[in-house]
Amino acid sequence: MERKLISARCGVINPLSIDDYIKTGGYVALRKALRMERIEILEEISDSKLRGRGGAGFLTSTKMMGLAKESGPMKYIVCNADEGEPGNFKDRFLIENDPHQIIEGMAIIAFATRANHGYIYVRGEYDHAIEVLQWTLLEARKHKFLGNNIMDSDFSFDIELRSGAGSYVCGEEFALIESIEGKPGRTRVKPPFPTSIGLFGKPTLIQNVETLVNIPAILTMGGKAYSKIGMPNCTGTKLISLSGNVKNKGVYEIPFGISIRKVIFELGGGIENNKKLKMVQLGGACGPFIPEYMLDMLIDYERFEEFESKTGAGAIIVVDDRFDLFDLMLRVVRFFEHESCGKCTPCREGHAQLVILLQKFIDKKASMKDLISIESLARVMHQTALCGLGQSSPTAIISTLRYFRDEYIDRCDIWTN
Amino acid sequence: MDLTQLLAQYPHEENRLIDLLLDIQKQKNNHFISEQEIQMVAKHIGVSEAKVCSVISFYTLLSFHPRGRYVIQICRDIPCHINHSASIVGTLEQLLGIQMGQTTQNGLFSLEYSSCLGHCDAPPSMRIDGRTYVHLTPDKVKAIISEYRGRTP
Ligand SMILES: Cc1cc2nc3c(=O)[nH]c(=O)nc-3n(C[C@H](O)[C@H](O)[C@H](O)COP(=O)(O)O)c2cc1C
Ligand code: SF4
Ligand code: FES
Repeated sequence: MERKLISARCGVINPLSIDDYIKTGGYVALRKALRMERIEILEEISDSKLRGRGGAGFLTSTKMMGLAKESGPMKYIVCNADEGEPGNFKDRFLIENDPHQIIEGMAIIAFATRANHGYIYVRGEYDHAIEVLQWTLLEARKHKFLGNNIMDSDFSFDIELRSGAGSYVCGEEFALIESIEGKPGRTRVKPPFPTSIGLFGKPTLIQNVETLVNIPAILTMGGKAYSKIGMPNCTGTKLISLSGNVKNKGVYEIPFGISIRKVIFELGGGIENNKKLKMVQLGGACGPFIPEYMLDMLIDYERFEEFESKTGAGAIIVVDDRFDLFDLMLRVVRFFEHESCGKCTPCREGHAQLVILLQKFIDKKASMKDLISIESLARVMHQTALCGLGQSSPTAIISTLRYFRDEYIDRCDIWTN
Repeated sequence: MDLTQLLAQYPHEENRLIDLLLDIQKQKNNHFISEQEIQMVAKHIGVSEAKVCSVISFYTLLSFHPRGRYVIQICRDIPCHINHSASIVGTLEQLLGIQMGQTTQNGLFSLEYSSCLGHCDAPPSMRIDGRTYVHLTPDKVKAIISEYRGRTP
């Protein structure tokens, strides 16, 4: 069921050895790219229909074309390795097990879009990943895959490493830009988008780690062939971070279009300790909780978008029936309350209100009025928050109001108002 | 290394401010940024002290207050929570005789909660001094703590 396109080297090669990477086909795609016309590379990526793997699922070629069109002496490529969404660890897995792929993907995109400088922004808690990347950058430079005149061509490009300092919201594009600039990570109002005015005011393309490592794979096999993998509008493979009360936790690479049930019960070996599955949180803290009967849903961005939230980073958190829905939701809301940047009111004030309301349900002191309040507050936050954090943080609540409504009603004291 | 030496390694650029602050904290036993350091950093980078403070207050890994020599961050998010992270919190509080958010009298350990550490495949997890420990059990935690206790002269 697994299809290893981008994780084939993981666990097989020594990630710190550039020779291992080269021996297994590494940097061949970059060599190929440097001999192609820039527009041809963009066309291959367009043919592949690759979508961003960081959560939003945006067509990568559209963003790349946007950057390629910009003129000017400075253009940036940023690799988003801020992975902080609870339940996600696939970017760390890629960095720690096959780091040169990321460099190769960035260099190819930089060449195709005429970008001249790159940054990798890694979350500050990823100590080991940071060390691996530092070493990898040195090695890549030493072997002329980075720096001036890459592989003796007239193309020059280098990458700097930047680390975060403990802030989940810095994974959001403009917050990340602010953070690289040395400021608190508070988002900006869009438009303009980063591809026109981004880092240091210059055109900037931000892509997730997993998106970038797909680029060498696409150039190697060709965009059209790549687009045959997976689903018609959701092509290629996806890394799934599988965690929770499941036997075999870990990262799995599957083609899009496999059901959630298969991932949990076949790859994951089912629920631990013969317990019963109660629910699954998809995507991470910003994603919906779904009940057992929905597990046949296929992993496909189009389906996930039906949850009014874009939850494509690929986490699957399995929860067995020992756990209380409200206790878990309180954890989700507290996470976002802590991580909110405080810039806009719906998010800054909303989470504190959600905590109070959820606490009433936990204490079984809620009224039907509280049920209406929590529902409308969640919707207002979803619709009016400034960035993706506040827009997606109520997803857990919105989804449980739909799929686990009885549990809310059970906890309402109908005599209180 | 003293602060002047450290500052000399950093360009006068705002975009290196966060790196610099992390570096200063790392060099110190009590992992925080003092008022005097804020003044010197502001001068070196060429920004206001208020700006430096706004950065310190925004980022969880930066602190205005002295902390223990070893800062223990315990993950509190769902994948760890549903895999017994509470028993790890309990074990640590008991072992160290402090509550979450506190520092031991001898200044050796601080206990903090952390958001997901990205090791949910091996829960529960915690991070101490730039290292992440996974698959924790109360016994394993006891061994780790006594190892850190043994380290200090
Ligand atoms: C609060 C918040 C946190 C985010 N965190 C990440 C992250 O850690 N890594 C990531 O790649 N994208 C993250 N994103 C999505 C990015 O904003 C952006 O869409 C993505 O990096 C684009 O890359 P892609 O098109 O390759 O997915 C986050 C978005 C929001 C709103
Ligand atoms: S939604 Fe939250 S994190 Fe995003 S800008 Fe508003 S306050 Fe900041
Ligand atoms: S939830 Fe603890 S490491 Fe992810």
